[in-house]
Amino acid sequence: MKLTKNAAGRQVLDEINGEAAIPFQGVGVYKPEGKKHAPSIASCSDYPADGNKVVKDLRVALEKAGLRDGMTVSTHHHFRNGDFLANQVFDIASEMGVKGLRWFPSASFPCHEHLIQYLQDGTIQRIEGSMNGPLGRFVSEGGMDGTGVLRSHGGRYQAIQDGEVKVDIAIIGAPAADAFGNSNGLSGDSACGLLGFALADSEYAEKVIVVTDNPVKFPCIPWQIQGNHVDYVVHIEKLGDPSKIISGTTQITKSPDRLLLAELTAKFCRAAGIIREGFSFQSGAGGTSLAVGEYFRKIMKEEGIRARFARGGSNKYLVSMLEEGLVDYILDGQTFDLEGVRSMAENPGHVWTSPFTSYNYHGKGNFAQLIDVVILGATEVDLNFNANVVTHSDGYLLHGIGGWQNCLFSKTVILPIPLFRDRVPVIREEVTTLCGPGELIDVIVTERGIAINPLRKDLIELTRNSGLPIRTMEELKAEADRICGVPALPALEDRVVAAIKWVDGTVIDVVRQVSPSS
Amino acid sequence: MKQGASTGNKGDRIRSDCQVHLQVQEKGGIDIRLHSKVERMFGEQIRKQALEVLEALGVSHASLDIEDSGALPFVIAARIEAAVKQLKATDRSWIPPVIEQNRYESSRERFRFSRLYLPGNSPSMMLNAGIHQPDGVILDLEDSVAPDRKAEARLLVRNALSQVDFYGAERMVRINQLPAGLEDLDEVVPQHLHLVLLPKCEHGSQVEEVVERIQVILKAHDQEREIFLMPIIESALGVENAFEIASASQSVVAMAIGLEDYTADLGVRRTETGDESLYARTRLVNACKAAGIQPIDSVYSDVANMEGLLKNVETSRALGFEGMGCIHPRQVPVIHKAFVPTGEEIEKARRIVEAFEAAEASGSGVVALGNKMIDPPVVKRAQKTIDLANKLNT
Repeated sequence: MKLTKNAAGRQVLDEINGEAAIPFQGVGVYKPEGKKHAPSIASCSDYPADGNKVVKDLRVALEKAGLRDGMTVSTHHHFRNGDFLANQVFDIASEMGVKGLRWFPSASFPCHEHLIQYLQDGTIQRIEGSMNGPLGRFVSEGGMDGTGVLRSHGGRYQAIQDGEVKVDIAIIGAPAADAFGNSNGLSGDSACGLLGFALADSEYAEKVIVVTDNPVKFPCIPWQIQGNHVDYVVHIEKLGDPSKIISGTTQITKSPDRLLLAELTAKFCRAAGIIREGFSFQSGAGGTSLAVGEYFRKIMKEEGIRARFARGGSNKYLVSMLEEGLVDYILDGQTFDLEGVRSMAENPGHVWTSPFTSYNYHGKGNFAQLIDVVILGATEVDLNFNANVVTHSDGYLLHGIGGWQNCLFSKTVILPIPLFRDRVPVIREEVTTLCGPGELIDVIVTERGIAINPLRKDLIELTRNSGLPIRTMEELKAEADRICGVPALPALEDRVVAAIKWVDGTVIDVVRQVSPSS
Repeated sequence: MKQGASTGNKGDRIRSDCQVHLQVQEKGGIDIRLHSKVERMFGEQIRKQALEVLEALGVSHASLDIEDSGALPFVIAARIEAAVKQLKATDRSWIPPVIEQNRYESSRERFRFSRLYLPGNSPSMMLNAGIHQPDGVILDLEDSVAPDRKAEARLLVRNALSQVDFYGAERMVRINQLPAGLEDLDEVVPQHLHLVLLPKCEHGSQVEEVVERIQVILKAHDQEREIFLMPIIESALGVENAFEIASASQSVVAMAIGLEDYTADLGVRRTETGDESLYARTRLVNACKAAGIQPIDSVYSDVANMEGLLKNVETSRALGFEGMGCIHPRQVPVIHKAFVPTGEEIEKARRIVEAFEAAEASGSGVVALGNKMIDPPVVKRAQKTIDLANKLNT
């Protein structure tokens, strides 16, 4: 194993799972060459003349698709923690005796704990995707054979498009699909809104299987996934648990401390002149982010301001802003509740997007870079405004990257985070894992003060006399350390268990195996 | 002697606290078993601190179990000390020195619009209390603490006064009803306390008793400071004796009314409009004004109803109250909004300050506005009104 120091000063692998990897070279430095990847040319003569691609069951589809040792199999997280499909795919792979698979999900959830047995028996050799909860623990403690790779949503699209990851079989769970394979996420028991995360897979995978629990007659309108990319269609009883597909996170926080954090964030945006006629924003689905959105609403109403667009994660709060005429468009990346699904189906101003339009860095621009202000989270930040979203301060894998890295390209990036969680300070000398370079992170809002990146002289100037508690990162860190004490650095082994990709496919950092508890 | 002691809290919903089980033994040294969600980051520091506390309290042989949910050092120390004190009598304590940030002073005439109640045995609520910028924080040892937890809460509150930065809020403790409250004073008074709330007060003599005890404690600790008092009237008898209580000592700066207990004493239901307590409230306001102190209204219990709260504060202010208790941080800004000085009040304050400056310039010791004499505390309060107006304007 050879390590190279990348442009961010982190020691990273230059070979991952037997393939050469390019160390991070700086923001916007690495320029790929060559052509995009493409699947084999198909011929209509090989497909049913009546367009009916339905096969008996998922096993038959996987057999017909040629599932065999060492292949790359992709699934998607539209059903979040209610997903039944990914587990079934690998149950079948195990029955078939297939080994050494690369699982390439757009994200994993605690419901996928079921797959640990297949990592142990060699059915799955490695995961390239987020590793949270029980899977994160398993991987962090060195249980997985291969090296994991974490990518942002945009980075996943980029990796497929650039041919960095060649998907052999994509399995797309569709809340509604016709026999030709046209599908969408708008109706049925498993309705999840849109299927954007599966878009790249449908376009670039060698074989595409659509699985639905809600067959509809041709044509399935709108076709978020085009049947022309689809090889086989499978009908099953249930794709997932509807109560968990629509996640419970879309409630505004009731915590007075988090509300204060959200209020401070909104006040900062107002003071900096960001909330103005025709502006655009993105705020996530976490409790604090939702509250920021609500404070935005209040300010916009008070001042008679209308936003041109909001990027989501859509939810009932954002939908009501659309319906009240406070925003012209929602450009939606994933739908978090039934109000979001309803609105997307009914309202032409509620538009479904994909990682291609929103996030892909190897394209001719993307939507994330056009946003005036984005509100994000982080598990840690450091004195140089670098941030970590994937590991806990004890070294354990905790979250996926999601669209986080991609959103750093918006005009102003604000991270509202508590100064400490329990006893664990959020501001560190150096982040445990680097996910986003500090030069792209503009403002850290904590309940005990706001730190502005010295690079953003404009924001410093605009908020100088705002009465807001502006402080330096060093001051905030000193306060956290006084309250909590300085935590011991995580005890880590040399072995690398996962690599963190930057939006351009280069390696920005690695995650090491956590030492056993003493 | 008891064999084992247990203090603190654990459970899924518990944060920033720990539960400790202690057995003091004859021999074998100290054996610590730690189970902590921050083990990998703070395990060593927690063990080291536990040893330090036990040593300071003169315990050399013991078995100690710590179930930690991310407790800060001052909490861990209080929990261990309380456990030791359940098992053996000792005068020793382990108190970290009061942090520099907490050494600010209060003053008689400062605004007391909002004061936030914090249950005395719940560390998680104390940590961020100051960031909501209440005028005062009340670390409560009385009604929010279960009878069998009084002793450990007292040590926790003591350590919180020493270690938690409340960011400029007036630092208050509500002690237990006398005589138990006197023991509370022993622990909290030396920790740079600003004000003591005396619950269920019915006689001026109770105020005197507290003032005397405070003097004794301050002297024993070689401290010379003024600690203010806010008696709480919570009974029919207390209401009848309101003026006697308000004027019982120079240390009394404000007097509050507690309507839950008062309405119970009357045998009536507490209503949203508060008609049943109108007499008590106006009587209290009158007694306070006569004694030259601040009348403070009861808490509003429906924390989800901000509109109801705002209406309540507006009524309260119209009756002459100068502040209100809060039981939730989000109530603080609502209360402040209602107590913001009006244009007329700001104008009056300006005239008072100008009169004072004119008197000073002319070397006259007497400040007068028209034909009315102005006392120094009134000038100070007027200055504060102006400061507040300036601050709210930015």
